[in-house]
Amino acid sequence: MDELKLYTYIAVFGSFAMYFAIAWWARAGTTKEFYVAGGGIGPLQNGMAIAADWMSAASFISMAGLIAFLGYGGSVFLMGWTGGYVILAMCLAPYMRKHGKFTVPEFIGDRYYSKTARIVAVACLIIASLTYIIGQMKGVGVAFSRFLEVDYGLGLGIGMGVVWVYAVLGGMKGITYTQIAQYCVLIFAYTIPAVFISMQLTGNPIPQLGLGSTLSDGSGMYLLDKLDLVVTELGFKEYTTGQLGNNANMIAYTLSLMIGTAGLPHVIMRFFTVPSVKAARSSAGYALVFIALLYTVAPAVGAMARLNLMSTIEPTAGENLVYAERPQWFKDWEKTGLLKFEDKNGDGKIQYTADKSSNEMVKVDRDIMVLANPAIANLPNWVIALVAAGGLAAALSTAAGLLLAISSSVSHDLMKGVFMPDLSEKNELLAGRGVMTVAILVSGYLGLNPPGFAAGTVALAFGLAAASIFPALMMGIFSRKINGQAAVWGMCSGIGITMLYVFMHKGIMFIPGTSFLGGMDANWFFGISPNAFGVIGAVVNFAVAFAVTKVTGPAPVEIQQMVDNFRTPAGGVSAAHDH
Amino acid sequence: MVKDNSSYWQDNLRIIMKCLIIWFVVSYGFGLVLVEPLNTIKLGGYKLGFWFAQQGSIVTFVALVFWYSFKMNQLDKKYGVEE
Repeated sequence: MDELKLYTYIAVFGSFAMYFAIAWWARAGTTKEFYVAGGGIGPLQNGMAIAADWMSAASFISMAGLIAFLGYGGSVFLMGWTGGYVILAMCLAPYMRKHGKFTVPEFIGDRYYSKTARIVAVACLIIASLTYIIGQMKGVGVAFSRFLEVDYGLGLGIGMGVVWVYAVLGGMKGITYTQIAQYCVLIFAYTIPAVFISMQLTGNPIPQLGLGSTLSDGSGMYLLDKLDLVVTELGFKEYTTGQLGNNANMIAYTLSLMIGTAGLPHVIMRFFTVPSVKAARSSAGYALVFIALLYTVAPAVGAMARLNLMSTIEPTAGENLVYAERPQWFKDWEKTGLLKFEDKNGDGKIQYTADKSSNEMVKVDRDIMVLANPAIANLPNWVIALVAAGGLAAALSTAAGLLLAISSSVSHDLMKGVFMPDLSEKNELLAGRGVMTVAILVSGYLGLNPPGFAAGTVALAFGLAAASIFPALMMGIFSRKINGQAAVWGMCSGIGITMLYVFMHKGIMFIPGTSFLGGMDANWFFGISPNAFGVIGAVVNFAVAFAVTKVTGPAPVEIQQMVDNFRTPAGGVSAAHDH
Repeated sequence: MVKDNSSYWQDNLRIIMKCLIIWFVVSYGFGLVLVEPLNTIKLGGYKLGFWFAQQGSIVTFVALVFWYSFKMNQLDKKYGVEE
């Protein structure tokens, strides 16, 4: 076994052993521990757990790669996935924590005094969470197969087993403490290579400053200016100004990601684990600090990876790399099929340009940028091993949070709340564990046989959260009058229009050829891409709910009193929901 | 119980509005709409608009959430509605 593999085994299985030890120490004995970790998590720890819960394989592996190739256009992900926390911290978390229940559908059911609303919320939650899990499971499989060279399916199985042990055993309590450990693993794994690379390129160890510094190659040129120069010479869009679609699309995309983030149930439910409203407010702040640590490093990782890639292929201006002399990492990624070279002009050298007919780098998968980055920069093997453990930590922590969101909505909202109100606490706990086991098996199956529409559904998950759950929560808190019927109609029409738009452009259930308007940009509503449409769905949801309330009259007085109660930190939980 | 819940809520809304205006200006304003004029100004190697889109807005978001939390704690004390 070579050194790299040995280090990788140590990093990956060492971190797994740590998660198991934590799970055993923090196992759950009651439903309150299983759903909300007993409600006794401090704001700092909760902030860390939220950060790990939120930052998935997509944030860790894919985002910097997206930024590397989109440049300025990638800003929508940076702002969208952080700006949502501002809304969450001020407009949702404190009041939902005050209301003091276990799940998001339960809050919706109470506020709208409606089992239908609760069931609709459960449906939205399950669809959004399951699509997310598929992505995490794929991330686990890829990390195992690339770094440990085990079979994709076996890697997936190992990942499922690890999550099963600590999520089913520990519930929210076990998940919280493992997420804290996973945050530490993933942030070290992300920033250490970035520090090294920033040092190499600019001499500045802080990546956020390195990105704005001059290159240390003696040219005295700013890193970003050099990158702009290199990419435009080859015909690509200028790095620091290239947009993603038009202006309206960038604004709608950012807004959709923000309100989608604020409406994702597995994140919101983490705010139920803190002891007070005050702690809910400050844990949002800590969470954003921990998220910002990664999100402000990501642009540096992206830009520096792009520059390193370019200067590997074209070491000196006008002199391209000879294919036979390509470095080892190039060969490694060629094996995975994520990097492909085709010698079109037969000169044995690699030409990488924006022009499709002469470009010879026929495939450069964006996802390899973070994973290949340490190797491209010739960093030591232990750093590469750390990146593998970090990627797995990011995927597993998010998967666990999503699994808990699914299992609590089934065992607590559907079984205990709607169909079997007599369920004892002991049986509810058992049911929660059973549902989670089933959810792991289903997501493992979907990870192994990803449905053809898997890639498209990530957009759908955000669109759903933005168009259904987010508006229902906002109206429930900021309006005392919106009634139950209005909420149900609003959620259904919000989802309906979003799905219609996505299916119109991407095919019904993403089956190619069934899209009646085609994927044509020209047919996009104001140039807004289907991925960015959640915000329009949200507007429709708000409008329908207000209109229905106008016609059917305001919510009953006791519900209005309940709203007044959860708007204020003081006082007990309102009696209105126990009637 | 709270004596004047509605003016507590109005004060809360005012604080939220202030925060959301800043939130909107740094991200949608500086980062997206006004990015071109701002890009003519440089902050080290960063074009200013680009910096807001990829660094400045995120840092501002963090500050806003802590400021909100601080102001609300003050407000809770003023109205005597702490837990």
